[in-house]
Amino acid sequence: MIVVDHVTKQYAIGAVRARYGTLRDAVPKVMRAMTRRFRPGAATRRNVINALNDVSFEVKAGEAVGIIGRNGAGKSTLLKVLGRITQPTRGAIDLYGRVGSLLEVGTGFHPELSGRENVILSGAILGMRRAEILRQFDAIVAFAEVERFIDTPVKFYSSGMYMRLAFAVAAHLQPEILLIDEVLAVGDSNFQKRCLGKMEEFRSVGRTVLFVSHNMASVVRLCQRVILMQDGALVADGPADQVTRRYLQSGSGSPAERIWPDVSSAPGDGVARLHAVRIRDERGRIAPTVDVRKPFDVEVEYWALQTGTRPTVSIHLVNEEGITLLVSNDFNNRAWWRTPREPGLVRCACRVPGNFLAEGQLFIAAAVCSYNPDLVHALEYDVVSFQVVDRSEGDGVRGDYAGNWPGVIRPMLEWRVESIPAQVPVSTTSGDVVF
Amino acid sequence: MNPTATGPALSARPSASGPQPPAPGEIHIAIRSTRPPLHAELRELWAHRELFYFLAWRDIKVRYKQTVLGIAWAVLQPALTMIVFTLFFGKLARVPSDGVAYPLFAYAGILPWTLMAAGVGASSGSVVGSPNLITKVYFPRMIIPGAAVLSGLVDFLIAAVGLALLMTRYGGHVSWTLVWLVPVVGLILLLAAGVGGFLAAINVKYRDVRYIVPFFMQLWMFATPVIYSASLVPARWRVFLALNPMASYIEAFRAVCFDKPLDWTAIGLSTLVTLAMVMIAVRAFRTVEQTFADYI
Repeated sequence: MIVVDHVTKQYAIGAVRARYGTLRDAVPKVMRAMTRRFRPGAATRRNVINALNDVSFEVKAGEAVGIIGRNGAGKSTLLKVLGRITQPTRGAIDLYGRVGSLLEVGTGFHPELSGRENVILSGAILGMRRAEILRQFDAIVAFAEVERFIDTPVKFYSSGMYMRLAFAVAAHLQPEILLIDEVLAVGDSNFQKRCLGKMEEFRSVGRTVLFVSHNMASVVRLCQRVILMQDGALVADGPADQVTRRYLQSGSGSPAERIWPDVSSAPGDGVARLHAVRIRDERGRIAPTVDVRKPFDVEVEYWALQTGTRPTVSIHLVNEEGITLLVSNDFNNRAWWRTPREPGLVRCACRVPGNFLAEGQLFIAAAVCSYNPDLVHALEYDVVSFQVVDRSEGDGVRGDYAGNWPGVIRPMLEWRVESIPAQVPVSTTSGDVVF
Repeated sequence: MNPTATGPALSARPSASGPQPPAPGEIHIAIRSTRPPLHAELRELWAHRELFYFLAWRDIKVRYKQTVLGIAWAVLQPALTMIVFTLFFGKLARVPSDGVAYPLFAYAGILPWTLMAAGVGASSGSVVGSPNLITKVYFPRMIIPGAAVLSGLVDFLIAAVGLALLMTRYGGHVSWTLVWLVPVVGLILLLAAGVGGFLAAINVKYRDVRYIVPFFMQLWMFATPVIYSASLVPARWRVFLALNPMASYIEAFRAVCFDKPLDWTAIGLSTLVTLAMVMIAVRAFRTVEQTFADYI
């Protein structure tokens, strides 16, 4: 159980900017502090920011709670205070149970040491006893799949092997309370799946998980409850789908829209320049999150700057693993393709059907090109991103199945099913299993 | 649809009676804005005692990786220093060495001095040198400088082989009384931890420490009878020598090796100075410990 009671964490702005001082700086500071008492009122104003501002919540044993928010909202500071890495300025926290904090994969790893040595060292740093590490050693190595290289210095490991081994140590820590910060942002998809699986297993045995992430898909999948932070304060606390939806729909800094207000600095050349790229749901709203069952539009606006040219827009849909799922081009609209072009702003929208993509985070790359001769006028990767979330309740591709559903796309395909009139062979009705 | 709908409000705070008391045997971690009491911190230190060993072990493992001579450096360094000192101070300057062969005399001073100097050097930079630990995982921070001092002990033990060789060669006093070296070494480690821990704490905020330490250690060495004998110091200056705990520890170290009487007054005084230094260091460390992660 975790009880967070009116916790505030302040940083002096000076301390955040100039990370550390020198004695030379300290001398005038002391002088100022000494003279300050003769200037009434001078000391009352201090430049502080509240990285955490009066945060209170409670997490029961066996709950998995996601913490979301934009960069600088205080998510990581909260985990650092909970993990006793830094002290709160005000307030109190009570943790009941052994705490394992996983703010980084590979804490305490040393590149010169072998895999075996690092497992022992990292385990000890994360809070395992020597006997415990030795007992779990084989399981850790097996989970990481590095048996053959266990006596090789980890500096020779591939990044995947390194990640697997580092996570394996943390996964076998077995605390009652696990604090995890963005560890899923690294590593390949297989590794991420493994981590998520381990965390799900962890939760299912009644342990408490606090999980900071930018990846809404994994937050929704792992956590029933989500806390939304903004400017150091807790602004929402509730069921995962509701809070994530609120987060993704809030604010203008949406990742689902990108606008270049200034034509001269927008990506492009003398023929065409990008103006805006956005994701709109079927009702026309900017949509950082898209229901897997619903269609949505990828909208691109660009400035056509010359007569006589024939720029065309293409979009790339790229998933989290960097795989381009598809490329589509507005010349598929043959009527538009034949239309003579005038300088001006052009808006084109590409409709992506529902029940077609898999869930997860997707990125859009947008390009403006012309053919004959083939020229690329503008090409921008990761212009906008959005989440495809599977909230289907039996009516989606996955039906009622709640487990992992592989595949880079998830189209609703047609199934023709019929009963063939035939007699069931007699032998199977007698109860024997026949292969 | 109303985008501000948040679902259930903030979960209710526990009733006035506060959170339920933990089940017996359950771990309870209380995080407060005030500094935890010393006894709680000492208990934490005890709970994490294995980490002293593991961090020291890592330091030693890493120190000699990718070196051709490996751990032989631990003997070579004091041995080469001893040869240089013997040439310049023993042969040329003819520094008196209390009737002991100068090489043995010098080595018996270099050995404890190196233990202390290496300990202070390693621990004063240890906290600043471990940002990945301090910003990512919790454990009592005092373990970091503590382990840095401890890792020098292994070097010392290996270098002690050189002392054993010199003692058989130049006729030192080999008997059971040599076990008195153990408490002397213990006091030296304590002193190194005190000085190093204090500097490590200051170093987090004021990086000047990195430049001060080598200079300071050099001065301290000249103020300590490492290359010369304390008997060389005029009697009226001896009082100042007594304030330097390292002086009496090195004198004691030699006295045990060469079977000479121990100056118990000096040792007692130095022990008090050492304990005071450790207390100052713990106090300084605890004052800034909680802000390490904010400064590194």
